[in-house]
Amino acid sequence: MALPKLAVYKFASCDGCQLSLLDVEDHLLDIASVVHIANFPEASREVVEGPYDLTLVEGSITTPHDAERIHEIRRQSKYLVTIGACATAGGIQALRNWKDTDLFASTVYAHPEYLDTLHTSTPIKNHVEVNFELRGCPIDKMALVEVVAAFVQGRRPNIPEYSVCVECKRKGTPCVMVSQGTPCLGPVTQAGCGALCPSYNRGCYGCFGPMESPNTDMLAAAWQRLGVSHRELVDAFRGFNAYAEPFRIASDHHEALAVAQGE
Amino acid sequence: MSEMYVSGQSGIGRLIQALAESGHRVIGPVVRNEALVYDEIDGVEDLPKGWTDLQEPGRYRLEQRGDEKLFGYVVGSASWKQFLNPPETVLWSGTVSPDGFMTDPAPEPPKYAFFGVRPCEVAAMGVLDTVYGSDNGTPSMGMRTATREQTFIVAVNCVEPGGNCFCVSMDTGPAVKGGYDIAITEIVHNGNMRYLIEGGSKAGAKVLEGMVNLEEPTEAELEARDSSLAEAAANMGRTLDIEDLPELLKGNARNPRWDSIAERCLACANCTMVCPTCFCNTVDDNLSLDGTQATRTRKWDSCFTLGFSYMHGRPMREGVGARYRQWITHKLATWVDQFDEMGCVGCGRCITWCPVGIDITHEAAAIRRADLRDTPIGIGGFA
Ligand code: SF4
Ligand code: SF4
Repeated sequence: MALPKLAVYKFASCDGCQLSLLDVEDHLLDIASVVHIANFPEASREVVEGPYDLTLVEGSITTPHDAERIHEIRRQSKYLVTIGACATAGGIQALRNWKDTDLFASTVYAHPEYLDTLHTSTPIKNHVEVNFELRGCPIDKMALVEVVAAFVQGRRPNIPEYSVCVECKRKGTPCVMVSQGTPCLGPVTQAGCGALCPSYNRGCYGCFGPMESPNTDMLAAAWQRLGVSHRELVDAFRGFNAYAEPFRIASDHHEALAVAQGE
Repeated sequence: MSEMYVSGQSGIGRLIQALAESGHRVIGPVVRNEALVYDEIDGVEDLPKGWTDLQEPGRYRLEQRGDEKLFGYVVGSASWKQFLNPPETVLWSGTVSPDGFMTDPAPEPPKYAFFGVRPCEVAAMGVLDTVYGSDNGTPSMGMRTATREQTFIVAVNCVEPGGNCFCVSMDTGPAVKGGYDIAITEIVHNGNMRYLIEGGSKAGAKVLEGMVNLEEPTEAELEARDSSLAEAAANMGRTLDIEDLPELLKGNARNPRWDSIAERCLACANCTMVCPTCFCNTVDDNLSLDGTQATRTRKWDSCFTLGFSYMHGRPMREGVGARYRQWITHKLATWVDQFDEMGCVGCGRCITWCPVGIDITHEAAAIRRADLRDTPIGIGGFA
């Protein structure tokens, strides 16, 4: 029986997420034994034509050309899985969504007229149907192995959607917000990183995007009791997952308050 | 059964040593990440001497006391359940090969001595013994039972309750009520640190008999112990009125207070993770890519996650108010129906470690103040 065909595509992104596929060490051979890596330019020049059974998409849509290309990829793909904060939320480059891209282009380039760019950076799901989203900036490489395994075995991936706090407590790390007064996005952020930052006495930066039922208002109120300003809250919510809806709404809300209160 | 002994701090060191020498992994309170956690200790020098913990709703700070107390704080940030039912436990794993399916050998249960267990925490272990020992327990809790059976418990009575403690309301402290091998009370007598030590089991008595240089306490020392404990009982940080509480909670399923909690609660699950009696688990099945190695892992779960009540295509408790209601009603009401006691021992962890300071005693009191049982809205029971 022919192995299912795997393709990997890149849009606006840093490559970090798709490289985690090459970074899985011993598991790479296992992956190659259960799927045919048919189209993965980072790994091989050999490109086998579609359609593909499983397509991993990294990166966000930032150009008119990419907005077209993703539709062709969708047509060629049975299962389309987006990987990383860029593909699932628009990435750090979605900060442009609050700014004037023409101004950036004219500041940076001698001939901005050669550029053909959109004014926004948007997640793949805003353009085509997505079958599964794997969050993180970057994704966790073992979570990627899990997603591939689940696909091959025809089951749902074991990827939690609850808060970072669950992982943090399983790990036995005392809450940095409670014991040190360190602002932490953990309670509104999806697990997946293994609660890395709190175990080094840092607050969570929200790399895995909003958890399943984020209460950003109350977390923000708790941050304010720790002395955090509206302006700083805007910066906190506008990170790698700035354009994920709950974080976007929260940052807009605090921006309006910062302006209203003359911060 | 308890003969009372007394010693200075050196006796505590010798006790830790005796437990280690009899083959125990000794676990006790240590300072890590600016909080107290339970971890392996080698001797008395690892204990948080001179530290105390200030606990308020949503706030915890370690501070220097300016004295030599070894036990001048209350409960650690995480509970002992992390050792008896670890956050992640491989229930079984196995491999398929041409010779068939082989399961891997199960590990041996570790032999622990828990050093410095507070009375509410000893009570919490008893609460979980009932849970896992009843028909509601699953056979796969066997590892927990085996570990628990050979765990040696050195309890430390509380002479200075914390800001969020309410063991008196739950009748679990401040003096340990049973279920320990050795109990210690730390007092300051005539300017000296003194440790009153008593056995609570045959194993405990045997360890104490084997220890040299333990003295007999004076009348004055015994009195100082009793008066310290009486004073502690009178100085609880919080109280919980348990009168009629199960019926109160069960009859207020539609109280608007749940909506107020829904606004404030983050559904982060910290409360359930740190609680010494919360026992909900989930089970993950994992199969290696090539399909030859299977692992079934039990992990701590929480009634605050959506996945927890996910059935037939949707979560049964979508709203956060419903999740909090489920939690507190189980702790303080339906637990009694299941196990003949409450599922809360009054340790205060859920109050301290809630990032937004939601307080179980405060919420129960609010429901009591706005009891809707005699109004039409209250009818309909458990919605
Ligand atoms: S419900 Fe709260 S106070 Fe009661 S045992 Fe659990 S953590 Fe402690
Ligand atoms: S009560 Fe507090 S700790 Fe528990 S889920 Fe709600 S916000 Fe988190």
